[in-house]
Amino acid sequence: MAIPRFWREIPSRYNLYGSKCGHCGTLDFPPRTVCPECGRRSVGKMERVKLGGKGTVVSYSVIHDAPAQYEMMKPYVLAIIEMAEGCRLTSQVIDVDPAAVKIGMPVEAAFRKLGSEGEAGVIHYGYKFRPAG
Amino acid sequence: MTVGIVSYGGYVPRYRITPEVIGAVWGNDGAAMGKGLNIRAKSVPGPDEDVITMSVEAARAAMARVPWVSPKDVGAIYVGSESHPYAVKPSATIVAEAIESSPVMTAADYEFACKAGTAAMQTCMGLTLSNMYKFGMAIGSDTSQGAPGDALEYSASAGAAAFLIGTERPMATINHTVSYTTDTPDFWRREGQRYPSHGGRFTGEPAYFKHVLACAELLSKKAGIKPADYDYAVFHQPNGKFPLRVGKQLGFTDKQIDTGLLVREIGNTYSGAIMVGLCAIFDIAKPGDRIFAVGYGSGAGSDAFDLTVTDEIKNLKKGPRSMDSMVKDGVPLDYATYAKYRGKIVMRGA
Amino acid sequence: MRDVAVIGIGETAFGELWDKSFRDLGIEAGLLAIEDSGITAQDLDAIYVGNMSAGKFIDQEHVSALVADYSGLADQHLPTVRIEGGGACGAIAILQARMAIASGQHDIVIVGGAEKMTDVSDARAGEILSATADQEWESVFGATFAGLYAMMARRHMYEHGTTREQMAQVAVKNHKNGALNPNAQFQREITLDTVLKSGWVAEPLTVFDSAPLSDGAAAVVLCAMDRARKFTDTPIRILGSGQASDFLALHDRRDLTTMDATVVAGKRAFHAASLTPEHVKVAEVHDNFTISEIMAIEDLRFVKKGLGGMATEEGETALNAKVSVNTSGGLKARGQPVGAVGIAQAVEVVRQLRGEAGKRQVQNAEVGLTHTLGGTGATAVVHLFGRAN
Repeated sequence: MAIPRFWREIPSRYNLYGSKCGHCGTLDFPPRTVCPECGRRSVGKMERVKLGGKGTVVSYSVIHDAPAQYEMMKPYVLAIIEMAEGCRLTSQVIDVDPAAVKIGMPVEAAFRKLGSEGEAGVIHYGYKFRPAG
Repeated sequence: MTVGIVSYGGYVPRYRITPEVIGAVWGNDGAAMGKGLNIRAKSVPGPDEDVITMSVEAARAAMARVPWVSPKDVGAIYVGSESHPYAVKPSATIVAEAIESSPVMTAADYEFACKAGTAAMQTCMGLTLSNMYKFGMAIGSDTSQGAPGDALEYSASAGAAAFLIGTERPMATINHTVSYTTDTPDFWRREGQRYPSHGGRFTGEPAYFKHVLACAELLSKKAGIKPADYDYAVFHQPNGKFPLRVGKQLGFTDKQIDTGLLVREIGNTYSGAIMVGLCAIFDIAKPGDRIFAVGYGSGAGSDAFDLTVTDEIKNLKKGPRSMDSMVKDGVPLDYATYAKYRGKIVMRGA
Repeated sequence: MRDVAVIGIGETAFGELWDKSFRDLGIEAGLLAIEDSGITAQDLDAIYVGNMSAGKFIDQEHVSALVADYSGLADQHLPTVRIEGGGACGAIAILQARMAIASGQHDIVIVGGAEKMTDVSDARAGEILSATADQEWESVFGATFAGLYAMMARRHMYEHGTTREQMAQVAVKNHKNGALNPNAQFQREITLDTVLKSGWVAEPLTVFDSAPLSDGAAAVVLCAMDRARKFTDTPIRILGSGQASDFLALHDRRDLTTMDATVVAGKRAFHAASLTPEHVKVAEVHDNFTISEIMAIEDLRFVKKGLGGMATEEGETALNAKVSVNTSGGLKARGQPVGAVGIAQAVEVVRQLRGEAGKRQVQNAEVGLTHTLGGTGATAVVHLFGRAN
C-alpha cells in the first residue's frame, strides 16, 4: 500500500478515532463525513471521537488461505467486532487459540504490525484485538 | 526537587521456546544448557510483533496507570533497543503517535546493547529535573536474536518496559543514579549483520562483572546504605546465573533478587531486562520499599539506580496486566514455528 | 419506455483456458451471440462490456474499445461502455443497456462480460477479488474475500442453525447441475463428504464451498421488443430489473445474515414486473460461496429467512423442484469469470425459457430470474426474464 495512503489514516489505525454525529449522536468507525442516519443534517457536525478499545466478537473466521502479506500469520482469526460504543469494525484476534474464539467473546485493542512493503519498505502498524481478561 | 518513576508498564509476548527444544535441533544438550544458564524458557514475539509494537504496549500500560497525566505533557520519548525494526526511522515517533504525545515533543531512538533503556531513563531524569519537560518516557524494548545454534540463541528473547519519568507524584523516587562506562568490546553487531557476535567468556569477568560490580559499589557509596536495607535488588540478567552471582558478591540475598529475576522464565529481554524486572517488583511493592537496580550494556557500561517506592504507588489505576500474568501466560513453540516467526527461514522474494 | 428483449445469447466454455486471451474470449462469446440473434454486426448501436478488473488481471484498461476493435467493428465507431461493479458488473451492464434501449437512444445493443483470471497467480487472484471489499478497513486487516463470506456463514449458523452439511448441499447440487452443462468448468458430481473434508479456505468454508477462479466470457444481444420479432421467434423479454447498493464494508451492514441489497433489488425487480417469487421457476443466483446461495434464496423470498439451508437440504432448489436454482451449475460448478457472471446467468435463463437447456431443462418455465452480487453484497442486481407470447 502506498505510504501516504496508509499514513493519512494513522489516527484511526493507531488510536481508533471514529466520528460522532453532532445531530443524532451515532458513532461511526472509521470517521465519516456524512452520518448514514441523518444525511445532510449531519454535514459539518461530525466530531472526532476516540473509541475505548473494548468490544465483543460478532462473527469470525479462521483464515487458512491468506494473501502473501499474511502468509506468516496463517491460520489467523479474522473477526467483526462490535465496539462498546456500538459501531463495528473488522480486525484480527491475536494471542488466542483459534478454537477458543466464540461469538460474544470480549476483546480489547492491541497494537500490532499490519503488514509491510516487502523487506525494504515501510512497516504498517495498527489495531488488532486480543481476548479481554 | 526529587525525580522518579511516575508510572510503569511492561510487556512480554506470549510465545515461548525452551532450551530443550532449541538444543534438540543443534545436537546440544538443551536441558543442561538451560540449567547452566538458569533459563527455563525464553519469550518469542509473534510474527506481527516487533520492538515498536511492544514499546507501544508498554507505553500504553504506563499511561493507563496514571490517567491524570495528559499525553501532551510527555515532552520526550526515547526508545532504547538493539533491534529497532528500522535502521533509519525512529521507533520513538511511532510510540509518540500511538500514545498521542506528538507533535509538540521530542523523540529519538537509543542504542547501547542491553542498557539503552536505562540510558533513556537518565536522559529523562535530566530533562524533567531541569524543567525542560514535565514528563519523559523511557522505554527499553528488544526482540533480540541469537544466531541459530549460537549460545545466545538459548537466551535472547523479547520484552519491553516503559517508565514515565518526572518530578510530579513519582511512585518511586530515584534517590541516586550513577554510571560506569568503558570501551570493552564484549558483544556487538556490525551494520548490516543479521545476528550479533560476542567474545565468548570475555563477556563475563572483564565485561559484565567488572562494570556491574564497579557501578553497584559507586551507587552503594552514594546512597550510603547497606544491601540488607534494600527490599529488592535487580541486576542485568543475560542469564539466570550472573545476577545471582553478582548479587552474592555485593551482599544481596537470593530472596531480594528473586522477584525481579524474570530471565528464568522469559530469557534475556536485553534493553528491557532490568526494566521488566523492576515492573515485576512494582507490581507487588509497597510504599517505603527500597530497590537497588544495576543495568549493564555491552560495549560497555552500567547504569545503577537507588529507588524508594512512595505512597503514590497506591494511587496507580488498576487495569494493565501484571508482569506475573504475562510471564505465566506462555504458549510453547516448536523450533520450526519459532524459526518461521523469527524470520530465520529464507523465503521466496516478493 | 420500450420493452426490451434478449434476442441472442453466446458463451465460451468456462475454465482454465490457458490458450485463450481476454480478447479471444470476448470475441468468441460476442460472435456466438450475434450469430444466435440473426443480426449482423452492422445492426449494432452500441457495445456494453461488464468487466471487474482487467486492469489488475491483465494490466489492460479501456477494454470496451478493445472488444469493439478486435470484433472487427473499429470502423463502425460504435459507442462502447465498460461497466465496473465488482461481481455484479455484467448484470449492471445488462441493466444499463436495457435502459439505453428503453429510452429510445439505441435499438440493438450487445452486452458482453469477460474475465481472464488465470494469467495471475491464485494468491494474486484472491487479492484482486478482495479488492471489491473495503480495502482500507477490511483488506488491510487481513480480511480475504472468502473470510468475509465465512463470517456471514458463521453468523448464519449461529442465528439460524444452518449447518455445514446444508451449505455443502449447495455445492453438491450445483455440481450435479454442472455435470449436465457442457460449458461448465466442473462437469462431475461430488459428494457431501468431498465438500466437508476438503481443505479449509476460511472456516467454516472449504475449497469446495468456494467457486473457482475461471476464464470465460458471455454475451447477449438486446433489442427493442418492437423490432425483436424481425430477428427471432423466441424473444425473451426482460420483465423487470432491480439494482441496489449497501454499505461497502460487511461490518457496517444491518444484518450479517441478510443482504439488504439483494432484498431491495429483488423487490424492485418483482415490483417492476408485477410478479412475486412464486412465479419464478428457474433462477441463477450468485453462489460464489455456498452460503451466498443460501442467503440469496432467502433474500429473494423463495424461502423464509433462516430456512435456506434446510430448503436446500430438502431438495427444494434442485432441478425441476420448487424453484430450480443454478441449473447451469452456478458460479460454483459452471465457473466464475467475474465479469462474465451476470451475463452468463442471463444466457442460462434465456436458454431455459426458450426450452433449449437439454438435459437440464426446467419444465414449464415461464419466468426466470438472475441475481448477481458485487463485493460482499454492497451491490446486488436482479433481473426477471419471461417468454414473450
